[in-house]
Amino acid sequence: MTSTGPQLSVTVQRGGPGGPGRKQQFDVPAYANQTVLDVVSWIQQNADPTLTYRFACRVGMCGSCAMMVNGVPRWTCRTHVSKVLQDGAIEVGPLRNLPVIKDLAVDMDPFFDKWVSAEAVHHPTARRDDPIVTIDPDAPARVTASAGIECINCAVCYAACDTVANNPDYLGPAALQRAWTLYNDAKDGAQDAILDAVSGKGGCHSCHSMGSCTAYCPNELDPLSAIAGLKRATTRRFFGKGKA
Amino acid sequence: MSEFHLYMAQRLSALVMAPFVLVHLGVMIYAIQGGLTAAEILGRTQGSVFWFLFYGMFVVAVSIHAAIGLRTILSEWVGLRGSVLNLTALAIGVILFVMGAQAVYAVTAIGAA
Repeated sequence: MTSTGPQLSVTVQRGGPGGPGRKQQFDVPAYANQTVLDVVSWIQQNADPTLTYRFACRVGMCGSCAMMVNGVPRWTCRTHVSKVLQDGAIEVGPLRNLPVIKDLAVDMDPFFDKWVSAEAVHHPTARRDDPIVTIDPDAPARVTASAGIECINCAVCYAACDTVANNPDYLGPAALQRAWTLYNDAKDGAQDAILDAVSGKGGCHSCHSMGSCTAYCPNELDPLSAIAGLKRATTRRFFGKGKA
Repeated sequence: MSEFHLYMAQRLSALVMAPFVLVHLGVMIYAIQGGLTAAEILGRTQGSVFWFLFYGMFVVAVSIHAAIGLRTILSEWVGLRGSVLNLTALAIGVILFVMGAQAVYAVTAIGAA
């Protein structure tokens, strides 16, 4: 497909797990309203059908389309080209800190394995036949938990984190934030197991509070404060104090 | 020692060091007002239980704090892992303690002025 209108210069990082691949440049028609995901889709549909990338919902809910855009991790379906364009050009690459499968698709397994390692899984306190316990949405612990539950697992924070880049054991902001929301969840029954899990090798104490997670989270969540909460909770337990 | 215990040891040693650093700097600024001589410093520190405890605890705190901090840097920037990392950090802590303890002994022990 050819277009005579205004063009964008889009550079795409190609290649597989063997190491840094080649960069390939495409001219893509520029429109007034256009997301980075639209641009990547245009390339795959019109210029090179072998381009591999991942997306699903296109509305910022599923967390599958995150990529590096001009060196910064972003949810590409909700990132307008006009916001990130530099001299009429953008560069798109696979998410940082995760193994590349091919082109723009990364292997998310290490990211999700660390959620389980952080005990960021629900520990039930009741059985299906028990009455449903009422939760006060304004209770302080519930407010703290609710602040972090809108995570869409996009791994933007994981890609933004320099501690993840330098410490392969580090559980990362998303897993630790989920552990923190469960720690504050009245319906979770394993607070001590959560604190044990986040106190181990690569746990919350490896965080240097640089704050890239909070700076880049597309849902404007605050994993930095969640991790600080885990540090406080483990310290309180060390001094024999219960939950704040 | 788990990562959590190293974390606590580093925070607690920082807590101990904070007032020591302030007193150390304050005394230095106060002491140099009328010029500075070795005899003047030794006259103040030799035989002083206070300065022995002050700088003795300071050295212990510094050895713990710096060794744990450098352990993290060596892990994240140099890529050391496992026992190589732990032994290197331990060696750094021991060297800092021995050097510091030597200096504390030299300026606080009663002896030739």
